[in-house]
Formats: sequence, structure tokens, C-alpha cells
Amino acid sequence: MSNMPMTDTPITNRPMMSLAFNGPGVWAIYRNEIRRTLRTLIQSVVSPVITTALYFIVFGGAIGSRISQVGGVSYGAFIVPGLIMLSLLTQSVSNASVAIYFPKFTGAIYELLSAPMSAVEAVLAYVGAAATKSVGIGLIILATAELFVNVTILHPVWMIAFLVLTSVAFSLFGFIIGIWAKSFEQLNLVPALILTPLTFLGGSFYSIDMLPPFWRTFSLFNPVVYLVSGFRWSFYGVGDVSIEASLAFTALFIAVCLAILVWIFRTGYRLRA
Amino acid sequence: MPPILSLAHLSKVYASGFEALHDVNLEIAQGEIFALLGPNGAGKTTLISIVCGSVNKSGGQVLVGGLDNLTNYRATRSRIGLVPQEIALDIFSTVWSNVRLSRGLFGKRPDDAYLEGLLKDLSLWEKRDSPVIQLSGGMKRRTMIAKALSHQPDILFLDEPTAGVDVNLRRDMWALVRKLRETGVTIILTTHYIEEAEEMADRVGVMKEGRLALVEDKVALMRRLGKRHLSLTLKTPLAVLPEALSDWSLSLAAEGSRLVYDFDAKAPDNGMPALLQKLDSLGVGYSDLETSNSTLEDIFVSLVEAKRP
Repeated sequence: MSNMPMTDTPITNRPMMSLAFNGPGVWAIYRNEIRRTLRTLIQSVVSPVITTALYFIVFGGAIGSRISQVGGVSYGAFIVPGLIMLSLLTQSVSNASVAIYFPKFTGAIYELLSAPMSAVEAVLAYVGAAATKSVGIGLIILATAELFVNVTILHPVWMIAFLVLTSVAFSLFGFIIGIWAKSFEQLNLVPALILTPLTFLGGSFYSIDMLPPFWRTFSLFNPVVYLVSGFRWSFYGVGDVSIEASLAFTALFIAVCLAILVWIFRTGYRLRA
Repeated sequence: MPPILSLAHLSKVYASGFEALHDVNLEIAQGEIFALLGPNGAGKTTLISIVCGSVNKSGGQVLVGGLDNLTNYRATRSRIGLVPQEIALDIFSTVWSNVRLSRGLFGKRPDDAYLEGLLKDLSLWEKRDSPVIQLSGGMKRRTMIAKALSHQPDILFLDEPTAGVDVNLRRDMWALVRKLRETGVTIILTTHYIEEAEEMADRVGVMKEGRLALVEDKVALMRRLGKRHLSLTLKTPLAVLPEALSDWSLSLAAEGSRLVYDFDAKAPDNGMPALLQKLDSLGVGYSDLETSNSTLEDIFVSLVEAKRP
């Protein structure tokens, strides 16, 4: 160990950091998370694309041939927004929860906790990276869908807006799960037992108008219905609920997740002893 | 010059009710090497974690460079580097990615030239593109140090830095600590290896049951509490000490074959010549004689043991 460059500036002359915003920190986490995705490309990107293609073959091909149209849209095209939303929700939760849980698991979280980063910056970096990955996967699935059916997008701006908002909302949710989880089992508990059933029962593959009245009313308590409906509206101009209701619910979901995160960082819940 | 680190009435009670720190007061000067000693569970790691921000304090105040480490967390934390006890790394990332991430986290813009020099100095440059999972234990430990130094901190915490590392790496780390100190970096280390503190520290703090039992200049401490020992190898082992030797602080060792006399080296009359004469008169023969100084470890053990209820 020679020519140590550890401190090339004398201590006393070194300026104290007075950043109002730790941009390098946010970028470092964001970049690191995106690199992690590229390192696990097959798991992160290829796997959801293959899964979606299989959904198209099974639902679009086998079942779609027996259902002519739903709400004036061919069944194959009708399920595209639902399929994208299905991947978006699971990927957002998975990406964000693993991103924060893994450093907790290895102990490397100490560095984040002792870094000059605010809670807002940490959430921005981790959730931003998770949402970016989800939006990317959503767009890849959309491109994959184009190979199977003709997809029309009547409101492209709203489509992108729903894509981004839903990714952010469920990345926030995943981030909370990642902090809450004490084991890999718990990490998978909420997605497997709550998220997946809600998504499948949220109108991804059907319109809730196709359900008997009781179940149609019951479905309105499922938050995923509002996300799928809003997203489908941006494609075909039709949805199970109004666009205002979809937007309001998405905003409410984000607000609740943010409130929980504020509480987590204030109290140090499962982060700081 | 004001202290670079100041702890006032610091306390920590965990949710379980365990009191890890009790009214700890400590000031550390810039450029100092401070060794924090203490048995397991004494509160050393809790103290470090509170200063670094990864554990919430229950009471008291931490000032870094005169600034409160909570209200001015950005300025204070950016000055601190931490090498924790356990190896905690993203094992699937490369060494290079790990150190770049650390530098960014602490608000520093990328500086590949600096990081290259750092990795070269830590003998990690050849391994920069290797995932951490492929590194040896020693290399992982070096990577932890590289991460802690990646943002050029001026206070470095080393929590058990040489636990479980080989002799070469331990020597390298000691050399590293000295070089860092030459540039003005303040180093606070916890260690179980008293030899380490004896070798490097300017001052020593002894923690016991969450309290700072003692803080003193290492040399002064060793001078004050240090003893010299005279060890005589007896020709014939003794079962018990003769009553006539009760004026000296003697003990028998090695099943009575060795007679040990502890004495104050600074005392005008250390009693050694009189003891040797007495042994002759009693006909207690010895074949060998050696003297030694007590080590910091002896002092540490005596401090911790003496105050135990």
C-alpha cells in the first residue's frame, strides 16, 4: 500500500458538503439498479415477455376464438391493456421490493442509512429505478402484443400517463413490502396472496360487465379494476369505470403509499434500531 | 482546536429494554487514532452506529465538526466513512460498481482516477471487474475499506477491522491507518486485539456495560497502570509461598515451578534486590530469571475484571 491517494486535499481545506439535494446519490442508486436489471436480463425482461406471449396464445388464441368482441373490441386486442397491467403490477412490486430487501438481507443497508441522503432521495432513486424498469417492460410487452393482434391507442398521452403512474404507485407499494419483509417468504407473501388474485379478478381478461350483478358490484372494491379500466380506456376509449374514477384511485393509492413511507422513515420502522 | 467528534450524554435503550449506552461523554481530536476497547456487548458498535446514523439514539447529542449529526446530517455524514464489523456487500456486483455506488451515495461526483488509485493501494485493481462473490475473505474486507474511503472521508470508523483476517492483511491495514492519519484523517477503531490498539492508538477508551469506563492517553495509561514482572524459574517447585515472602506481591505459576513478582517500575525501591536476597537466605534456588512489562491487554483485563461486581 503506497502512494495513498486517500486524501489529496488537506482536511481543513476540504469544503463541507452543503448539498440541498444529493443528486449524485440518487443517480448512483438509480444507475446501480438499472445495471442490476441488465445483469439479470433474462429474469428481468425476457421472462415477463415470454409469459405474456403465452397468455396471448392461451387467452387470445384458444379462448379468444370463442369470444368475438368485448365492448366493440376484438378479444385478443381487449386483453392487451390487462396483460400489460398484469406485468406492470407484478414487476413494479417485485423490482422495488427486492431492491430494498436485498441490501437489508446482506447487511449492505448500513451504507444507505449512514449516507447523506434524505428519505425522499432514497425513495426517488429506488422507486424511480423500479418504475423505469416496469415502464420498459410494459412497452416491450406492448410491442410483443403487436405481433399477435392489431392494437389501437386512442389516447397515447393518457396511456403513457397510466403506465408511469401505475408503475410508480406499485413500485412504492413494493418498496414498502421490501422494508416490511423480514424473510424471502414474507417478500413473496403479499404479491402471491393478495396482488396476483386481485390482478386476475381485476378485469385483466374480461370486462366486469360480463359478471353477474353481485360480483360486478363486488369487483368495484378491487383497486386493480380501476387501473385496468383506465389503462384500457386510453387504448380503446372504453372502460369498466370512468376515467376520473381511475385517476382518482391511482392518486389515492400513491398518496397512501407515500404516507406510509413518511411514517416508516420518521420512525425508522424495520430500518433503524 | 475544537474536537472533530463530540459525544455528550449519549444514551441508547433498545425497544427490548436493553440499555446499550449510558451517559457516554467523549471528545476526539482531529487526526487522532482512538481505540475503543471492550468486551462483546459493551456498546462499541451501538456507539459507532449512532454517530454514523444507522441507529437512533435515545438521548444526548453527537457533534461532528461542531455540527449536530441529526439536524446537519448531510454535512456531518459526508465526512464519515464506516467499515462495519460484518462483511456486507452487494456480492453480485463487481468491486468497481461497489465503490462507485458508495462514492455517489455520499454525494461525491464520479472520480475514476481517484477510485483507481484507491483500488491499487488496496491491491484490488486487478479484481475491479470481478463480482464480489468471487473474492476471498481478505479481498472482501479490502473492498469494504475501499467503499468506506471512496468519498474521501476525514473521519473513519473501523469496527473490528482485522477480525478474522490473516497476518499480512492485518499488517497492511495498520499501514493504511498510519498513512491515513498522516493526511489528517481521524480514525476511531474498535478491536478485540489489544495488540492492535497498543500498536496504533493515541488514546484508548474502555467500554463496559454501555459505559465509558476509562479514556486515557495510551502511553500515560500504560505508564500509570503498567507493571513490571519478574519471573523466576525455580529449581524445586513450591507447593505454597513461604510465610517469609509475604512482604512481596508474589504468585506461583506453572504448578509452582515459577515465582512471579509484580512491581512498580517507577517506585524508588522496587523490592527486587531484597527479594532475591531473601530467596537466597531461604534456600529457594532458581535457574532462570526474566523481567517483562505488562501489556495493554493486561491492563484492559484488569480494568474490566476489577470493576465486575
